[in-house]
Amino acid sequence: MKENTIILVACGPFEKDFLKKIALSAEKEFRVPVTFIENHVDLTPFYSPGRRQYDANKLLSFISDSSVNENAKVIGLFRVDLFIPILTYIFGQAMLNGRSAVASIYRLRNEMYGLKKNEAMLLSRATKEVIHELGHNFGLIHCHIQTCVMRSSTYVEDIDQKSHNLCPECRESFDKI
Amino acid sequence: MADKISILIVDDEESVRDSLHNWFIEDGYDVGRAENAKNALLMLESRKFDIILADIKMPGMDGMEMHRRIRALNKDTIVIIMTAFASVDTAVQALKDGAYDYVTKPFDPDDLSHLIRNAATQILLKAENEALKMKVSTLEDIGDLIGQSEAILKVLKQVESVAQSNSSVIITGESGTGKELVARAIHSNSPRKYFPLISVHCGALTESLLESELFGHEKGAFTGAMFNRKGRFEMADGGTIFLDEIATISSKMQVELLRVLETKSFVRVGGNKEISSDFRVICATNRDLKGMVKSGNFREDLFYRLNVVNIAIPPLRERTEDIPLLVNHFIAKYCTSMSRDLITIEPAALKHLENFEFPGNVRELENMIERAIVIGNGREIKLRDLPMGKEAINSSVESLDELEKRHVEMILNKYSWNVSRSAKALNVDRVTLYNKIKKYNLKQQL
Repeated sequence: MKENTIILVACGPFEKDFLKKIALSAEKEFRVPVTFIENHVDLTPFYSPGRRQYDANKLLSFISDSSVNENAKVIGLFRVDLFIPILTYIFGQAMLNGRSAVASIYRLRNEMYGLKKNEAMLLSRATKEVIHELGHNFGLIHCHIQTCVMRSSTYVEDIDQKSHNLCPECRESFDKI
Repeated sequence: MADKISILIVDDEESVRDSLHNWFIEDGYDVGRAENAKNALLMLESRKFDIILADIKMPGMDGMEMHRRIRALNKDTIVIIMTAFASVDTAVQALKDGAYDYVTKPFDPDDLSHLIRNAATQILLKAENEALKMKVSTLEDIGDLIGQSEAILKVLKQVESVAQSNSSVIITGESGTGKELVARAIHSNSPRKYFPLISVHCGALTESLLESELFGHEKGAFTGAMFNRKGRFEMADGGTIFLDEIATISSKMQVELLRVLETKSFVRVGGNKEISSDFRVICATNRDLKGMVKSGNFREDLFYRLNVVNIAIPPLRERTEDIPLLVNHFIAKYCTSMSRDLITIEPAALKHLENFEFPGNVRELENMIERAIVIGNGREIKLRDLPMGKEAINSSVESLDELEKRHVEMILNKYSWNVSRSAKALNVDRVTLYNKIKKYNLKQQL
């Protein structure tokens, strides 16, 4: 059964317009209402001094526990650098067929790569990342279609190449859920 | 593609197992987890994993030891060693032991994706390669040698047993009995099947041409030798050389052939470099080689060198019970190649084929069936479609009525059942012809 709502939890300072645009795009893609809330969470317990990054597994558990709405998918959006123990970094993480996900804009910013700040590009990348992780929550796996939002991305360039949308095959899989 | 590949993660750290599990699940892989080498080996006893990602430092049996045991269980499994303690020594040792690759924790996500994708590609290519090898084997199977007669079953049994050996073979039999088919069957069922089968029709070449054909030549060796050219023995390296009509080669060639067979090395025409080649020899002849040895026309030493195994293929007239099977095989073969519906053969035509002598053996029968399919009505092969059909009708010793019936029918068919023209040809009036049609219950075949 599909959850009847999606909650975008902003865990850090984000402009409302930025969150609103992401929520609208996700709503359009998954055809369920998307609301956003701001959560001024203290991230210190999730920080790994050895890695100088934040543990995405712990943040995922935290986001999952923070929502009492059983009928909602919850995605936490962060500004900090995320990692999982085995990988040097991640853009986001989700529970496949689960109800929670996390994503970060830390490595989606142009400045990270010594390039000029570009807000429109950041919004586009963040939107794709949020939709991608939510797609996993809905049970979709990585897609081989170049432009599908469910295509695996390990570099920002990969994210830029894909669209905000599910390809027809993933759309069909989503509709069957 | 990805959902067909299974991955087993072996690591004592739960967070590593879970992280990798989640990562691969999102890629659609079938993922298993084990917290130590012992459990991993237990899991591998009950099911197969294509790729194993194993930590090098684990309590109890370490990743390197586990890798060695996995290789002993199934050498096709791809093992990728992970460690947080990178060192060149362990990396080299892991690769020496046959590990697919070696990665240090934590991995760059892109490196991990590439590594697994490449390993998955290798697995699929290997599977595809195996499937193609199977397909090639099937294509060249002994299935082309059709028959259930005792004589042909004996040949098939000989083919099966001789294929596994490396011995020289002489195949004897009349022209058209399928000597080359037998040679192909031996080659395609032998360990040499993935290497070439090179055929040389010795009877079709002059002595000098045969020499150049078999041994190759160097540029400028003779007029017209503009390039270096590999000989058939060289081309057959690893495979089989089939020398058809071996009895036709000259005395000089017999000497040279004997030397090549004994040393498995030769020199190209006009060259001075000794070339070695690992080939198996299969020869064929329709002559009595033993008789030729007695009469001094074939070297005895060469005969014994070649005649390690002798396979004698019986002529078709000695295995007439195979004719219906062969006929059906050729009908299916030619109907398929001509994209036609499968047709049948009328009993009278088949009976005549079974009684025919077939001096040209199976080849003659095959040609007859092909011709009959081309000229026939597209539904059934009739006696008249066979080359000996007319003769069979004319030489019939059946009753006068039967003869009259066949003749009237033949004339009617000749004039497309135009009764007036047929009656004129038969020199009878139309009423008489109608009476004959009624009497013999003749019907126009559409």
